[in-house]
Amino acid sequence: MAKKLHDTPNLDQLESGPWPSFVTGLKRLAKDKDYVVDLLGHLEHSYKTRKGYWKGGTVGVFGYGGGIIPRFTEIKDEKDQAVFKDAAEFHTIRVMPPAGWHYDTDTLRKFCDIWEKYGSGLIALHGQTGDIMLQGCTTENVQAAWEEVNAMGFDLGGAGPAVRTGMSCVGAARCEQSCYDEAKAHHMVINRFLDDIHRPALPYKFKFKFSGCPNDCMNSIQRSDMAIIGTWRDNMRTDEKLARQWFAKHGMNELVNDVVGMCPTRAIQLKEIKSVSKDAHVSSVAVNDTQALEINNKDCVRCMHCINVMTGALAAGKDKGATILVGGKSHLKIGATMGTVVVPFMSLKNDEDYEQLVELAQTIIDFFAENALEHERTGEMIERIGLVNFLEGIGLDVDPAMVNSPRMNPYVRMDGWDEEVAKVNAKKAAA
Amino acid sequence: MSQPRKPVEHFLDNKKFLHPALIANYGNWKYHDRPRPGVLHHVSHSGAEVWSVRAGTQRQMDVYTIRKLCDIADQFAEGRVRFTIRSNIEYIVADEKKVAPLIAELEKNGFPVGGTGNSVSMVAHTQGWLHCDIPGTDASGVVKAMMDALYDEFKNEEMPNRVRLSTSCCEINCGGQADIAVIVQHTKPPKINHDLVANVCERPAVVARCPVAAIRPALVNGKPSLEVDEKKCICCGACYPPCPPMQINDPEHSKLAIWVGGKNSNARSKPTFHKMVAAGLPNNAPRWPEVNEVVRKILMAYKADGRPWERMADWIDRIGWPRFFEKTGLPFTKYMIDDWRGSRSNLNASAHIRF
Repeated sequence: MAKKLHDTPNLDQLESGPWPSFVTGLKRLAKDKDYVVDLLGHLEHSYKTRKGYWKGGTVGVFGYGGGIIPRFTEIKDEKDQAVFKDAAEFHTIRVMPPAGWHYDTDTLRKFCDIWEKYGSGLIALHGQTGDIMLQGCTTENVQAAWEEVNAMGFDLGGAGPAVRTGMSCVGAARCEQSCYDEAKAHHMVINRFLDDIHRPALPYKFKFKFSGCPNDCMNSIQRSDMAIIGTWRDNMRTDEKLARQWFAKHGMNELVNDVVGMCPTRAIQLKEIKSVSKDAHVSSVAVNDTQALEINNKDCVRCMHCINVMTGALAAGKDKGATILVGGKSHLKIGATMGTVVVPFMSLKNDEDYEQLVELAQTIIDFFAENALEHERTGEMIERIGLVNFLEGIGLDVDPAMVNSPRMNPYVRMDGWDEEVAKVNAKKAAA
Repeated sequence: MSQPRKPVEHFLDNKKFLHPALIANYGNWKYHDRPRPGVLHHVSHSGAEVWSVRAGTQRQMDVYTIRKLCDIADQFAEGRVRFTIRSNIEYIVADEKKVAPLIAELEKNGFPVGGTGNSVSMVAHTQGWLHCDIPGTDASGVVKAMMDALYDEFKNEEMPNRVRLSTSCCEINCGGQADIAVIVQHTKPPKINHDLVANVCERPAVVARCPVAAIRPALVNGKPSLEVDEKKCICCGACYPPCPPMQINDPEHSKLAIWVGGKNSNARSKPTFHKMVAAGLPNNAPRWPEVNEVVRKILMAYKADGRPWERMADWIDRIGWPRFFEKTGLPFTKYMIDDWRGSRSNLNASAHIRF
C-alpha cells in the first residue's frame, strides 16, 4: 500500500472518454508506489501552472556515455527541498527495441518485472526515437535496472551527439511491398556503430531509418540523416487473377479515377488488350476480357500509389534494393530539410551488398565527424558546403536523379568543365 | 553496491520475436487486403495467410496494461505482438477463426480495434510535462483528449485516405511531420534569470544556437550573462535547452499552432512538410477544447470534400489554399506568409488562381 494520493482535479479529467487513459494507468501504479503518487502530484502541478518542472543533469551507467535521460525535479520548497520528494528523480532508460518492434510476451513481461522492481512501472512503447522508454528511475537504481536489461540481451539506445537508435518497418516479415531485408540492414548497420551510439562524440545526432518501400512507413526521408528506402529497377510485376478480382469489385470509375488518373507521371494507361505495347519496358495486366492496364516502367517513379490501391495485382519488380538519401531533419536550426538522394539505387540482395551499405554508412559518418560544425546535422552541413562537395568527400559520382532540375542561375565558376565532360564520357564508355 | 558489470554491447536479432507464420513466409508475401477496419489480411506466395489485428494503446503504459496485452497475446497470438510506429499494438494470427474473439477480448479490455487503412490512426507524440526538460505542454494529455474525440474515426475507415496526426510540446517538433500536427508556438522572447546564466550556460554555445543571431553576451548587474535582441527574436525556444535560465515557456504566451499537409510517403506526390494553418490557441489543459475544435473542423472538411486516396496534402493541392481556409473557416493571416530562408518558393509565381 502506498501513501495517499494527492488531489489531481486536472488529471482526473483525463480518465473519462473511451480512449485508454495513461492517468488511469498511473493511478494503478500509485496504489503500490509512493514514487508514482508523487509523480502524479508533480504532473498535476504542471497541469495547474501550465509549465514543465524537470531539469537535466548527468546520470549514466558503467562503460557508456549516453542512453540515460536524467531528470531532477525543479518543484522545490523555500528550503530548496523537493516538494514531491519520492519523485525527485525521474530518469529514463532508452533501450533499443528489436527491429520492427516485434516481441514475445516473455520479453515484455521481463521488462515489466524489472521496471516494477527498480523503476516507476511506466514504459512507453515506444518513444519518438524508436526506443523502449523505461520511464522513471532513481539515480541509485539505474545501474541495477540496466544490468538486468542487458542480461536479457538488450542494449541501450543513443542520446546526445551520437548515432541514435535505428528504426525499421515491419518489412519482409509481413509486407509484400518490402524491397530488401530491412531487419538485416538495420542489424548490420547498428552493430557497426555501437561505439558511436554508446559514447557520444559526433558533432551532433546521426539517425538511420530503414523503410522497405517508398511508402516510407518509418518516415525516414524527414527524420533521418541516412534514409534507406526500398525500391526496384526492373519492371513492375502483375497478377491477372488479382487484377480481374479487383476490377470486378471496384469497377471502371475507380480504376480510372483512383489508379490511372492518380499516377504522378502518367505512366499508366488504360488500353484495349490487343493494342498493349510489347516493348520490353512495359508491364501490363488485363482487368477484364477486353481492357488492360499498361505501365511504362521507364516513366514510373516508384511512388507506390497504384500498388497500394491494387495490392498484388500490381507489385514491385524483382531487381530490388534501396534508394539512399541523406540529410533529413526537423526545424532547428535552419528549418526542416528532407533527405536528398545520394545513391539512386543500391542493390540489396546478397551479403556483399549489405556490407557495401554498411561501408557507405561508415564513410558518411566519418565525413560528418570530420566536417560538420558543432551541433550541425548532415542536412545543415550539406546546405553549407553544397551537395557536390559532400559527394566528392564520400567518393560518389553525381547523377541527374539527385536533382529536381539542373542549376537555375549562372553564378558558378566553371573552368573545370572540359575535364568533367571527359570524366563523364569516359565513365559512359566504360559502362 | 558490488562492482558494476561491463556491458555486453550488441543489437540483438529480432528473429526469435517473430510469429512463426512470419518466419515461415519471410520475404515471400504476395498481397494484402482489409476484411474490416483494424484487421489486415496478408497472403503469401505459398498460400499461407495471416490476419493482423491492430488496437490502440495509450503509449505511456503501466506494467499492468502491458501484462494484460501479453495475456491476450498468449491466449490468441502464440505469445507474439508487434507495435507500429504510432504505438498501436498488432496481434498476428494464422487462423481466421481467432480474429473475432481476439477483437472482442481487446475491446472488452478497453483497447479500440482500428487504425488501419483510411482511418485516423493514433497520434505520434512526445513526452511533455511528464518527463521532458523543455516542454510547453503535455502531449499525452492533448493526445488523450484528441483520441477521445476521434475514437470513431480510429475504429472506422471513413476518411479519403489515411490520416496521420502528431503533437509536439515545443517547436523542435519531435512528434514529426503529419497530415495534422499540433505544435507549441511560443509568442514571447525568453525571460532570463541573469543570476544563473554564468554558472549554468556555456555562453558561446547558446549564442551559436540562435537561428537569427539575436543573442549576445552581456554584463547584467555586474554578472556575465546573455541578452536577447527582442526585436529580432522569433521566440523559437532554441536557446532554452542549452540554457535553462532562458525560460521560454509561459502559461499564457506559449500557444498551440496547427499544421496540415505533411506526408512522408512518396505515393502520388513527393513527400511534403506540413504548413501552418492555425495559431494562437490557448494551452488549455487538461483537455484543450480549442485545439480539438480546430482539428475537428479540418478533419470534417477533408472527410466531406476529399476524394478517395487523396491525403490531406493531395486534397489541398487540388482545391487550393483559398478554399482550404474557406471550407475550414480558419483565418488566413499575414503570419502564414513564409519569410524564412527559401520562402519565395512558397509564393504563387503564376497566374493560377481558383475563383
